[in-house]
Amino acid sequence: MSPDQLFQLLIAGLTIGSIYALIALGFVVIHNVTGVINLAQGEFAMLGALIAITLTSETPLFHRAFTVNWNLPLFIGIVLATLLVMGVGALVYWIVVRAPRTDSVIIQIIITIGIAITLRGIALITWGTDPFRLPEFSAGPPIQIGSAVLTRQDLWVIGSAFALMALLYLFFQHTFIGTSLRACAVNRTAARLMGINVSYMMLLAFVLSAGIGALAGIVIAPKTFMGYDTGTYLGLKGFVAAIVIGGLSDERGAIVGGLLLGVLEIFAAALISSGYKDAIAFLVLIAVLFVQTTGILRRGAKREAAGV
Amino acid sequence: MKKRFLAMTLLVIAVLVLTACATPTAAPQSTSPTAAPQAAAGEPYKVGLVTSITGPASSLGIPERDTALMIQDQVNKAGGIKGPDGAMHQMELIVEDDASDASKATLAAKKLVEQDNVAVLIGSSGSPASLAMIETATKNSTPMISMASASQIVNPIAERNWIFKTPQANQPVTAVQLDWLKANNITKVASIGVNNAFGKDSRDAMNAQFKEAGIEVLADEVFQPGDKDFTAQLTKIKGLNPEAVIIHATPGEGAPLTVQYHTLGMTAPLLHNHGIGNKDFINLAKDAAEGVMFPIGKLLVANSLPDSDPQKAVLLKYIADYGAFTNGKAPSSFGGHGWDAVQIAVAGLQAVGPDRAKLRDYFENQVKNFVGISGVFNWSPTDHVGIGKESLVLVRIKDGGWEFVAPDKYAAQ
Repeated sequence: MSPDQLFQLLIAGLTIGSIYALIALGFVVIHNVTGVINLAQGEFAMLGALIAITLTSETPLFHRAFTVNWNLPLFIGIVLATLLVMGVGALVYWIVVRAPRTDSVIIQIIITIGIAITLRGIALITWGTDPFRLPEFSAGPPIQIGSAVLTRQDLWVIGSAFALMALLYLFFQHTFIGTSLRACAVNRTAARLMGINVSYMMLLAFVLSAGIGALAGIVIAPKTFMGYDTGTYLGLKGFVAAIVIGGLSDERGAIVGGLLLGVLEIFAAALISSGYKDAIAFLVLIAVLFVQTTGILRRGAKREAAGV
Repeated sequence: MKKRFLAMTLLVIAVLVLTACATPTAAPQSTSPTAAPQAAAGEPYKVGLVTSITGPASSLGIPERDTALMIQDQVNKAGGIKGPDGAMHQMELIVEDDASDASKATLAAKKLVEQDNVAVLIGSSGSPASLAMIETATKNSTPMISMASASQIVNPIAERNWIFKTPQANQPVTAVQLDWLKANNITKVASIGVNNAFGKDSRDAMNAQFKEAGIEVLADEVFQPGDKDFTAQLTKIKGLNPEAVIIHATPGEGAPLTVQYHTLGMTAPLLHNHGIGNKDFINLAKDAAEGVMFPIGKLLVANSLPDSDPQKAVLLKYIADYGAFTNGKAPSSFGGHGWDAVQIAVAGLQAVGPDRAKLRDYFENQVKNFVGISGVFNWSPTDHVGIGKESLVLVRIKDGGWEFVAPDKYAAQ
């Protein structure tokens, strides 16, 4: 492999890795605040992208029973789709946390599996089995670096992922609500005693995660297209990314895990064998779980970060 | 509180069940389904159809079902099938959905063969579901006609006495690609294909035939079904500088693959196989689809075929009939595979009646020069597919449509 080729692989790994990182972040935010592993996280990405596509371009729905052609500007479509998915996130919160009247996390996690299947089913009926494509955010020739190619959409993906991460960091560290969210993550009972409305924080965690997931799905859709079942695959990879480094409870671990997984996967496919691409994610997961069940970073590291 | 939990659980279950059971669209109305047999008419002839109306293979199954219903409609409007006993028999088509699932296909086949007692079994849309139905058909000595591509469905022929199929195998598809490569003096290619039964069959055919022709396959890369990022495989291929790239995929992965091929600045000619033979590929890949070539049955380019082509009239009639029956839908090659299977079954019923063993013998020995949609069929004891390279044409995507590339124009770039 020439250096140019290796660089090309690195770009591809970082691009898909930023998406895994965003999905992983969604897992961590919900898990920290509510204790629930939301297995419908990938479906948020799928819904976000498919709704954005429906709002911005001509889309046949319900097995071509009718076609919508709203043609909203891309930016407005993206904002609306993200808001809609955040609404779905609020609904998911209600179904998972409020409605069951139980504190059993296991029951709540199983409900999220049901929600994932339901969302997938609704998407299958609405959009059918064919994948859809979102236009690139900015048209133009790709950027040549040696013989390696960096497309504009790759820049959008990496750029928006890092911008979102920075915004979230500021939100968690420097706003009152963000600090309250972190307090819930550290100790829910103590947070309640301190006068924090924990139910509201849980709702916020679901809404926030849904928004992050939707944006992840939207920025990657021009490159990989989106079908009713694509979310499952993104959710699975995001879950592995969230768990390997940070043990599902460290935001920075989730980001590093996502980027690493993306790069590792691409390099394994190119240098070892393309047949093993997906196996890598799960090999890494099994290896880490054998060695260290709470992820490579210990949970203590996270508490330190939270200032406890 | 308990009540509320129960209500909620019931709601979730209801939603799940509804989602699972919802049938996407109603079938186009068939005017005479199992109408009461007319006076002086014989027993209806039963034909069983297992197809993937829902699930991932539904883009294959729906046109197959609609085509079968259309033929039933045509046959029964004309009075039915005139059997060997001289009486007119209504055609009774019994349709089962396998939801693109191999185990459901087996159950559907059992029901049709053992309870409904059909004379001939047609199905299913996909290779895995078809392979699963073989045992039921063979054990009950019922002739079966599959509409799926994998060559294992009819091979080894000694164990597939009762099984026939209408789509082209992957071997003739590769043969057409090979003709194009030879005409352009290309000796070094790279390949990338989906890692499932379809991709493997196609890659095996390619590796065998290319080796024999002295064409070197520099890289034989794979990707998993559902994969969406192919940069790793393409970067490797780009470094090897092949003169052409062969892709074995369906639109779901084939379209993003083709787009990424272009964004990486790769310019070697792209040859797909017949997996991308519907409009979805062009709609998804858009500009990147321009110039892509692939071998496919003649249906896509029926209008531009020379008038001397034996299939042209049949193809044009099918396109017109299908459009009229489905309110203006364009037929796909999958519907064509269904047309071939049902029409051959009808021809068999007309010649020998609903006797399963006689039907099988008819299929094996009497289906000669049968002009269908996928090709001109010649079934024999050693060949249960019966169509070869001559049933395929090379098509190039141009201006968002398909362009017929005549064999004498392969070299003219």
